[in-house]
Amino acid sequence: MNLYVLLKMVPDTVEELNVAADGKSLDSEFLRFKLSEPDDHALEQALILKDKHGGKVTVVALDAPEVDDVLFTALAKGADRAVKIPINQASLGTAASAKVLTEFFAAAGALTPDSLLLPGSQAIDDLEGELAPLLAAALKLPYIGVVCGVKGADGKVTVMKEFAGGLRAEFEVTLPAVLGIQSAEKPPRYVPVAKVRAVMKSAQIEEAALTPPERPIQLDLERMYKPEAAGRAQMIEGATEEIADKLVEVLAKNSVI
Amino acid sequence: MANPILVLAEQLRGEISDITFEMLGAGRKLADASGAPLYAALLGSEAAPLAAKLGMADKVFVADNPQLNLAPADAVTAALKAVIDQSQAGLVLLGCTNVSLGIGSILAVQTGLPMVNFCRAAKADGSAILLTSQLFGGKILSDVKLADGRGIVCIYPGAFPADAGKSDKTPPVEKLDLPVEAPRVTFKQYLEPETGDVDVTKQNILVGVGRGIQSQDNVELAEDLAQALGGAVCASRPVIDQGWLPLSRQVGKSGMTVKPRVYFALGISGAPEHWEGMQNSQCIIAVNTDPKAPIFDGSHFGVVGDVLELLPVLTDKIKARKG
Repeated sequence: MNLYVLLKMVPDTVEELNVAADGKSLDSEFLRFKLSEPDDHALEQALILKDKHGGKVTVVALDAPEVDDVLFTALAKGADRAVKIPINQASLGTAASAKVLTEFFAAAGALTPDSLLLPGSQAIDDLEGELAPLLAAALKLPYIGVVCGVKGADGKVTVMKEFAGGLRAEFEVTLPAVLGIQSAEKPPRYVPVAKVRAVMKSAQIEEAALTPPERPIQLDLERMYKPEAAGRAQMIEGATEEIADKLVEVLAKNSVI
Repeated sequence: MANPILVLAEQLRGEISDITFEMLGAGRKLADASGAPLYAALLGSEAAPLAAKLGMADKVFVADNPQLNLAPADAVTAALKAVIDQSQAGLVLLGCTNVSLGIGSILAVQTGLPMVNFCRAAKADGSAILLTSQLFGGKILSDVKLADGRGIVCIYPGAFPADAGKSDKTPPVEKLDLPVEAPRVTFKQYLEPETGDVDVTKQNILVGVGRGIQSQDNVELAEDLAQALGGAVCASRPVIDQGWLPLSRQVGKSGMTVKPRVYFALGISGAPEHWEGMQNSQCIIAVNTDPKAPIFDGSHFGVVGDVLELLPVLTDKIKARKG
């Protein structure tokens, strides 16, 4: 199989997020980026498929802070090829990102009959829609999202999609196709830092020159802001012992002890 | 008269999902403000018998075709596009759910309409519509304007009241005979939910753990608290994905929806996907090291601190109190 994993960097929400002076974007000064979590699972799912059925894993990313580390880490984990598109991802909405990636896949030879495109199912900043269906629509490929397992077969894959309440269903998809990966069959593998460093010395990240989109943001975004703490919790403060005592009182008032 | 508003009704295994009523309620309000009619689309042979439940709509378009069951994105998008063309709908409301994920994006490409995801609030402003979406795991809100009121909007479950979308009226039904191409994604079989040792939906007390629990070994601290209270441990997605707890304990969008008397959210940031599954708990107690964690915005009680430090002390005190 010709496996493509699309990697996207997103702000780490463990850090505080602030809105920039323009009121329409995040203040990039203190932003820390990390690989979008479903994308990490998409990479793992691709590596699992390669381990089982052979094939080639190519990771593709737009330019973003720390993206080189992420691409080298993917190579160290077992990806065969890493491609960076030197267009700044932070300035693009998902629709524009999809346009750039469509151009990448529309190039001769990129899409083969056994190609499987694996973006994450969704990202935390997908205001304009998700990459997987946008790509599938533009490339006229079949799509299914919220995928939590993929089994390979001849020219087809069997995928598991999550619904709700723990209900899942199996679907058959003909290749080439786009699968939005929610989670891999196993947690993403660990790779030692020493191995990543070694790969940094020996491997190359290819660059693919593509056209920056004319409209980076499609929507008429009026403002971004932090939510007002309208229904803010009653905060319990003090030393650990004190907090525990107060929580015991809360539990007693709720008649559960 | 403004363009009609169209709601894609959702059902799972023959039951209308709450999100359908939530969207119908939100859609009714927008429709009344602009004088537009409100339509619903009910697609698939599993969905077709449910039209009578959608009385809040002025008309229900029904496509009784088994190939539309379980909302395969290609086929559903083609059917929706046909409904849009026929009804002249300008605003389409879809659920931000696993069932419908992706349909809005494909429809946006095919219709050229803008798509607004993660919507939590909507209001009409003349012929424009103002939408508020929740981004970055709930840490940031963004306001988007659809200047001509036209677009595709994905609505978060739980953002609008379901009761506002229910009505005893019987809606007029228009049956559609759509040509549906053979889907390129074909349904094989359901995989029933794993039955775990514990049914988290039936617990009075749930101790929910998230990424902040840090390791599988620490889950035991939560088990101790749950045991002292006669409850059970459940978790948000990252904990399940790590394999620290079985799938049957997952609470949230893909997992279970729970309504216990007391829900502890321990080291859970409060991302919308988790919130969706536990927002109706009677009393939510959140513990998180991040004072800005969104979980504190909807919880009843909050503690900024380290769960690993608090848990053993709290468990001991509960045991002492219970004797």
